[in-house]
Amino acid sequence: MSMTMTQKILASHAGLESVCAGQLIEAKLDLVLGNDVTSPVAINEMNKFGKTSVFDKTRIALVMDHFTPNKDIQSAMNCKQVREFAAKNDILHYYDVGNMGIEHALLPEKGIVTCGDCVIGADSHTCTYGALGAFSTGVGSTDMAAGMITGKAWFKVPSAIKVVLTGEKRKYVSGKDVILHLIGKIGVDGALYKSLEFCGDGVKNLSMDDRLCICNMAIECGAKNGIFPVDETTLEYVNGRSLREYKIYEADEDAEYDEVVEINLSELKSTVAFPHLPENTKTIDEVGEIKIDQVVIGSCTNGRMEDMRTAAEILKGKKVAKNVRAIIIPATQKIYLDCIKEGLTEIFVEAGCVVSTPTCGPCLGGHMGILAKGERAVSTSNRNFVGRMGHVESEIYLASPAVAAASAVTGYVSDPAKL
Amino acid sequence: MKAKGTVHKFGDNVDTDVIIPARYLNKSDEEWLASHCMEDIDSEFVNKVKAGDIMVARNNFGCGSSREHAPIAIKASGISCVIASTFARIFYRNAINIGLAILECDEAANEINGGDEVEVDFDTGVISDITTGKTYKAQPFPEFIQNIISNGGLMNNISK
Repeated sequence: MSMTMTQKILASHAGLESVCAGQLIEAKLDLVLGNDVTSPVAINEMNKFGKTSVFDKTRIALVMDHFTPNKDIQSAMNCKQVREFAAKNDILHYYDVGNMGIEHALLPEKGIVTCGDCVIGADSHTCTYGALGAFSTGVGSTDMAAGMITGKAWFKVPSAIKVVLTGEKRKYVSGKDVILHLIGKIGVDGALYKSLEFCGDGVKNLSMDDRLCICNMAIECGAKNGIFPVDETTLEYVNGRSLREYKIYEADEDAEYDEVVEINLSELKSTVAFPHLPENTKTIDEVGEIKIDQVVIGSCTNGRMEDMRTAAEILKGKKVAKNVRAIIIPATQKIYLDCIKEGLTEIFVEAGCVVSTPTCGPCLGGHMGILAKGERAVSTSNRNFVGRMGHVESEIYLASPAVAAASAVTGYVSDPAKL
Repeated sequence: MKAKGTVHKFGDNVDTDVIIPARYLNKSDEEWLASHCMEDIDSEFVNKVKAGDIMVARNNFGCGSSREHAPIAIKASGISCVIASTFARIFYRNAINIGLAILECDEAANEINGGDEVEVDFDTGVISDITTGKTYKAQPFPEFIQNIISNGGLMNNISK
């Protein structure tokens, strides 16, 4: 029976010859992930049921990234609990202040996730690793607890939407514009319970950072996972990085899809999602005059090296507009250091930006850039829900690093090509 | 098993950030989460909700973050059941895993009004709007989910 790429990975991890959409399976997990918000709830669940040990100390990743460096006493208590759990269980991939990064930038960078993996994470943006040709999906803390104990999880095998990418994107158009365009087209529940399987000639024109950004936001149209085929770009990225042997899966040529969506990358323009849903998209020429108070460039969506380079190219020799706060957050310690080595940090600071240590911070209204009543931000993060970055009457405009950097300079949501 | 209560009605795409804002995620105890439930979409909800009440919403309920704090907050606020046209997939899993009853029924989600008295029979999937006299039939839970629920949640299920 023909299968999608996702279905092949799930079948293999369930020890089955084949699976079909709707089938319930139990799959072996290559990695179980949690952060400082979701892991304490999972650890409490384990304690409640007297489960003190994990299935494999090398296949659990605990990343303290949301409210770190700790913003208050409660967050410090949460991290302390996870730190003690990690020490007691000798968890190999425990990352704390000093070596941590935003989980979905850190795990691919360190080769902890790789092609062909089956991964669950107690964070909705765990779908990011589909960029490597892995099946990965977000779950809650109870699933994480069960996964840490048993190394397994149950899944309903998803059907899929095929997204055919063609052409080559223009300057200043990035993976962020591709995924915002797609979400605008199919809606925030357009792929509910399904896989998004990307394919087509255009894939080779997308960098790993583009692909990681695209898969990261698969959840924003309800998808269970997003996934890219493994090609030369993927192999160049994982070779010398992957900590485990990888396996390459391919969708069958006659695999069945619920729907086919075609996107010609060469026709895409910079895209902005207006408040308060990621589907409220407009192309940059339709935006009009939107005055802003803050810019955030970072997050698991757009805190990677290419994002930093794009922002620096635009901000070089310029100044952040008066009354705008520009916050730049390299997603990992390595990216932070590379920004210093490449001279990007100097460009940011000279322009009047602040450069933060890696943290999810403002993306979820945690800390490091909360909005007041009536304030507007352009953010490279993934959600613009009511109150997401602060006051319920604040507004978030989701955009690429290029649009965010251009907007920081002008003080209005702006087209980087016209700066 | 049955639930009966007054309906609190919401629209499409109720996200986990409005169910329980991230500023309250530094603690995970039930009472704390319940005291801030739905705060950013209806600041009066916590004052209005009574034990046993029923939440009804439209499409894609619980979209967004994977925070299990969201179904925990709803359950701890006293809500006995959430009826929606569709649920976001992580919320759906989380609700089952922590034992919050949920039902997908588009017709009921569209027609039931806020303030109606509604009774839900989980064994049959029948939803009765006592105020309007109309009844609806929701999809019953598939067997594997019934097993998780009858065992008292996922952790009980794997602890057996």
